[in-house]
Amino acid sequence: MKKLFVALLVLVAAASFVFAGGAKEGAASGSGTIKVGIVNNPPSESGYRAANVKDFENTFNAANGYDVKTYYSLKNDEQLNAASQFITDGVDYLLISAAATDGWEATLKSAKDNGIQVFLFDRLMNVPEDLYEAAIVSDMPKEGETAVAWLKAQNLPEYNVIHIQGAMGSDAQLGRTGAMDKEFAAGTMNKVVQQTATWDEAEAKKIVESVINSGEDFNVIYAENDGMAKGAVAALDEAGITHGKDGKVIVMGFDCNKWALEEVLNGNWNYDGQCSPFQATQIDEWIKTGSRPSTKIVYNPERYFDAATITAEEVEQFGI
Amino acid sequence: MPDNAKQIENKGSGFLQKVTGAIKGLFQSQLAIPVIALLILVLFNLIRDPSFFSISINTNNFGNKVLSGNLISILNGASELVILAIGMTLVTSATRGQDISIGATAAIAGSVFVKILRMGNITVGTIILGVLTACVVTILFCLFNGVLIAKFNIQPMIASLILFTAGRPIAYAINGGATPNVQSNLINYLGGYIPYVPIPTPIIIVVIFIVAISIFLKRTTMSLYIQSVGINEKAAKLNGINPTLTKLSVFIILGVCVTLAGCMNVCRISLINHETILKDIEMDAILAVAIGGNSLGGGKYKLSGSILGAYIIQALTTTLYAMKVSSTAVKAYKAIVIIAIVVVGSPVVKAKFSQLKGIIASQISKKRESKRVQAEAR
Amino acid sequence: MREDEVVTMRGIYKEFPGVKALENVNFTLRKGEIHALMGENGAGKSTLVKVLTGVYPKDGGEICISGVEGPVNIKSPQDAQDLGISTVYQEITLCPNLSVAENIFIGRGKYTFVNKRAQEKKADDILTRLNIPTKGAQQLGSCSLAVQQMVAIARAVDMECKVLILDEPTSSLDEREVALLFTLMRDLKAKGVGIIFITHFLEQVYEVCDRITVLRNGHYVGEYLLSEMPRVDLISAMLGKHAEDMTNLKNEKRAVSKDAEVVYSAKHLSSAEGVRPFDFVIHKGEVNGFTGLLGSGRSESVRAIFAADRVTGGSVEVDGVKKKIRRPKDAMKSKIGYLPEDRKGDGIIQDLSVRENLILAMQVLDGFFKPLSKRKQEEFADEFIKLLDIKTASKETPIKSLSGGNQQKVILARWLLTHPQYLILDEPTRGIDVGTKLEIQKQVLKLAKEGVSVTFISSEIPEMLAVCQRLIVMRDRKIVGELQGEELSQDVIMQTIAGGEVQNA
Repeated sequence: MKKLFVALLVLVAAASFVFAGGAKEGAASGSGTIKVGIVNNPPSESGYRAANVKDFENTFNAANGYDVKTYYSLKNDEQLNAASQFITDGVDYLLISAAATDGWEATLKSAKDNGIQVFLFDRLMNVPEDLYEAAIVSDMPKEGETAVAWLKAQNLPEYNVIHIQGAMGSDAQLGRTGAMDKEFAAGTMNKVVQQTATWDEAEAKKIVESVINSGEDFNVIYAENDGMAKGAVAALDEAGITHGKDGKVIVMGFDCNKWALEEVLNGNWNYDGQCSPFQATQIDEWIKTGSRPSTKIVYNPERYFDAATITAEEVEQFGI
Repeated sequence: MPDNAKQIENKGSGFLQKVTGAIKGLFQSQLAIPVIALLILVLFNLIRDPSFFSISINTNNFGNKVLSGNLISILNGASELVILAIGMTLVTSATRGQDISIGATAAIAGSVFVKILRMGNITVGTIILGVLTACVVTILFCLFNGVLIAKFNIQPMIASLILFTAGRPIAYAINGGATPNVQSNLINYLGGYIPYVPIPTPIIIVVIFIVAISIFLKRTTMSLYIQSVGINEKAAKLNGINPTLTKLSVFIILGVCVTLAGCMNVCRISLINHETILKDIEMDAILAVAIGGNSLGGGKYKLSGSILGAYIIQALTTTLYAMKVSSTAVKAYKAIVIIAIVVVGSPVVKAKFSQLKGIIASQISKKRESKRVQAEAR
Repeated sequence: MREDEVVTMRGIYKEFPGVKALENVNFTLRKGEIHALMGENGAGKSTLVKVLTGVYPKDGGEICISGVEGPVNIKSPQDAQDLGISTVYQEITLCPNLSVAENIFIGRGKYTFVNKRAQEKKADDILTRLNIPTKGAQQLGSCSLAVQQMVAIARAVDMECKVLILDEPTSSLDEREVALLFTLMRDLKAKGVGIIFITHFLEQVYEVCDRITVLRNGHYVGEYLLSEMPRVDLISAMLGKHAEDMTNLKNEKRAVSKDAEVVYSAKHLSSAEGVRPFDFVIHKGEVNGFTGLLGSGRSESVRAIFAADRVTGGSVEVDGVKKKIRRPKDAMKSKIGYLPEDRKGDGIIQDLSVRENLILAMQVLDGFFKPLSKRKQEEFADEFIKLLDIKTASKETPIKSLSGGNQQKVILARWLLTHPQYLILDEPTRGIDVGTKLEIQKQVLKLAKEGVSVTFISSEIPEMLAVCQRLIVMRDRKIVGELQGEELSQDVIMQTIAGGEVQNA
C-alpha cells in the first residue's frame, strides 16, 4: 500500500512537472505593463500546438509591454484552477484555449465580475457569448471545403479518392471529412476507401498499401494531416506509383508543417491546407487598440498552398 | 504373405501415427489457438478474395524491384509489434506484469534517434551512432521502470504508468517544435527497401532480431532464470538466481526492443511525431502475448506464441482494411475477434474442449469394443 | 446398497494421460463412522476423493449415495455439495479477512441482503453446538489455524452434509489443536455423519478411525476394521514389499569418528530472521540434525548457514578456508546444498518441467553463459528419475502435477546433481508417504557413506533418531544442547527440548 502511495506520488509529481510546466512568472510587473494570463494546452500536445505556443510567446512578452503568466495543461480541471488563480492574481486579460468545452461558465463569470476581459483562441467553449470579448478559431469545415473546391478545380476526368481520416470525432477530422463526404454522397467523387489512421503516419501507410494490394485504381489521396499524407506517399513510393505535380496521384495534406510545404514546393505533393496556429497577433491588436469584431467568433483567415504556385518564401513564412 | 503385408501396413500406420502425433501435439500445446486463429484468418481471406495473398514484383519510385502484396504488407507492418511483443513476453514472464510505457519509451527512442540524425549529415556512421545513443537512453528509461519494479516491488503496471504519461512529453522535449523529419536515402533503405533487396528491410531486421534473441536465449540461461523468477521468486533465489538482476536484465532487453521498434518506425516515414508514433502499441503487444497463449500472470512463456500473436493482430488489421470496414467500426471488429480468440484460449473453454474430446474418444472406443465383441461372437 | 451405508463406490476407473490413476477401486462409507483412506503418495487417495466430489469425471464405475435412487452422476463440486458431500482441504480455503460468520454463510444464501446480526447469532449457535471455541463476529484471520480448520468444517457440516471429507486437516496443527479437532470429529460421528479422513499420521488414524481402506498404486488393496489391524500389517498393506526395509534402516547408520575432517564450521553466525549467534561444526560423512519445537529456530539456523536469509554476522570456514557466504550462490559455490522446509514456497518452480527443476541448481552453478544442452539435461533427468524412482508421466511434466513426495525427490535430485559436500535437508519428509520417506532416509544414509555431510531436520523425532548421529537441540532461537551416542533417545531429546536438566551438554 505504501509503495503504491509512493508510486502515485511520484506519478503525480512527474505529471504535474511535465504537463504544467508551472505558472511562469513574466517580466517585471511595472505599472505600464498589461497583465495577461494565458491558459493553453502544452506544446507537447502536437506540432500544431507547439507552433501555437511559440506564436503566443513571440507576441505576448515583456518587449511588447506584457506581463505574462502562462499555464499549460491537457486537463480541464487543472486549467480551471489556473484560470481562477489568474483571476485572483488580478490580471487584466485572460486568454484561454480550453482542454474541454464544458465547465467554464462560473470561472468566466467571476472573471467578468472582476473586470477581467476574456479572449478565447483556437477552441470555443459552451458558455453564453457575453462572457467573453471575442474568440478566434480555425474554421475546420471551411478548410475541408477549400480543399475540396481546389480538388474539383483540377478538372480530373474522374476522382478516385483514398480518404485517410484523423482520430474519429476530433474537430479537425469532423471538419475536414465533412466536405469530402458531401462529394462522395453526390457521386461527383468516387470513394475508393475511407479509413481512420488516428493521425498515425505508419497506419496511413498501411491503409494505402492495402488499397494498392487490392489492385483498385485511385488518383487522389486526401489525408487529413501532413503526417498521414507523408505515410501515404511512402506507400506510393514503395509501390512505384508516381505522385505530386507531374505524377499520377494527387496528394493533399493539412497543417502546413514546414517539411510538408517543402514537399509541395518540390512537387511531391499537390496541396497543403493551412490550419493556422497564429492567433496571437489578432488578440494583441484587440487588446492594444480596444477594437472588437462585429461578431464574437472570428475565423482565422487560412490559406492553402498549391504545388503550381507555392514559393520558397511562403514555405519559410507559413511553415510551422 | 500376411506377415509382409502386415509389416508394410504397420510402417504406413507408423508414419501416419507420427504425423497425427505431431498434429495432436500441436493441438495440445499453447500454440493451438493462435495457429488455428491464423489459419481461419488466412482461409477467410482466401475465400473472400483468392488473390489476397498473391505476391507481385513491382519497380518502386527509386528504381528497385521489390516484392509487394498483402502478405508482405502483413509481415512488414507487424515488425514493430513483433519486436515489442518479444520484449513484453520476457517482461511479463519475469515480473508477472506488463510494462505499459513501451509506446512512450519508443517515442523517446525515436526522438533521440532523430535528434542525433539532425545534428549533421546523415551517414551510415551517424545512423549507427543514433541507434546506439537511442539504445542507451531507452535502456536507462526502461531501467527506471525496472528498478521501481525489481527493487521497490511496485506493480509493473503502476510503475510504468509514470513513463506512460510522461514519456511522450519527454520525447517532445528532446526535439521540441513540430514534427521533425529526417530526409535521406539511407533512412529510406532502413524503413523501406535496400537497393537490389526485394524484401522490406523491417522484415529482414525482425528476422535477424528473432534469430539473435533466440541464440542469446539458447546460449545463456536467461530463459530458465526469467521463468524461474516469474514462477517462484523465492525458490529461484534459493537456487542461486538473483531475482533483481534477472528482472533488470529483462528491462535491458526490453530497452533494446523498444529502441529497434522506435527507430524502425521513424525510418518508415522519415519523421517523428511523438504523439502518434507507436500509439497504443503497448496494448497490442500485451494482446499478442495473450493471444500467443502466454499467461499474463507471468512464468512459463513461449516466444513463438507471442510472435504469432503479433502477426495475427496485423493480419486482422490488414484484413479489416481490405474489407473496407468503416472507420468508426474498425476498432469494434478488432475487439470482437480478439475477444473470441482470448475466450477460446481461456482455461475454462479449453477444459470444456478436452472434456468433449474425452467423451468422443470414449464413444469411439465403446463402438470399437462392441464391434470387436461382435466379431468375436462370430 | 445397505441401510447403513452412505456412499458406495464400485469399480471406479480414472485415467490421466499416461497414468492409470484408479483401477477398479471400491469404497464404502457407513453412517456415523470415521473412515481412513490410506496409501502412499500417488496411491490414488486424492483422485478418488476428487472423483467423489465431482472435480474429476470418472472414466468407469458407479457411485451410489444414500437417499438417491440408483447410481448418481456427479459432474461438479456443486453437484457433490447438493448431494450432501462436503470437503475440507489441507489448505484452508476460507477468507481470513472476513468474520467467522461470514465465512460460514458466504456464497450460500440466495439473498441480496444479509442481516449481519442474525447471521452472527446463527453462527454462534452452530459453533456452540460443535464446541468450536470462537464467536461468529470474530475475524477469521485472528483465529488459530485449528479453529480456522474447524470453521471450515462447521461450514461444511452446516450444509447438512451426509459425508464429510477431511483431506490432511491435521498437517499444520499442533497436538492440542489436533485433539480439539478429533473431539469435533467424534461429535459429528455421533450425529451420524460419515467422515472420510485422509492423513499420513498413523497415530492419528489409530486414535480416531473405525475403519480403513487402503489403496496402492491406484488399486484397491482392502478394507479393514482398525481394531483388527495391527500397525505392521497396515504398513505392509500400504507399502507392499517395502515393509521389512524399515527395520533394516537402523543398521545402516554408522558412527563417524571424532577426528574426521571438518567440512563446515561457523562461529557466531546470525541472520536477519532473529537467530541468536551460534557456533556449528559438521564433519565429513556426518549426519546431524537440528531439533526443537516449531519456531525454536531450527530452520532459521540452517537457513543462516545457506544464507537463505540475510546473514548479519559471524564467520564461516569451508574445508578449513575462510569463506564469505552472503548469498545462496556463495553457499552453492562452497558445495553446500539446501532443500528448504517449504517445498511449495521455496523449493519447486511449479510450472517448469521435472527436467528443468532438476537441473536448475547445477545450471546456476555452471554459469550464465554455459547452458546445459537439452540432451545433457535429458540424460540427467532420466538418470535421477530412475535413481530416485521418481513417479512422473515424463520428464517434461510440470513438477506441480507430481505428488508431494515425488516433488521432494526432484528437489533432492536437484541438489544431488550439484555433488554437494554438505547437504542441508529441512523437513524433507514432511507431508509425504511412508514409502518415500523411507527412500529419502536411505538416500541420506547412502550419501553419508559416500562422504557427504548432511544436516537432517524433521519434526518426527523417531525419524531423526533413525538417521542422525548427532542432534542439536534448540529452544527460543538458541542452541540449548547437543546430543550424541547414548543420549540419542526420545526421552532425553524431549527433556532437552522441554528445558529439563541436560547431562553432558
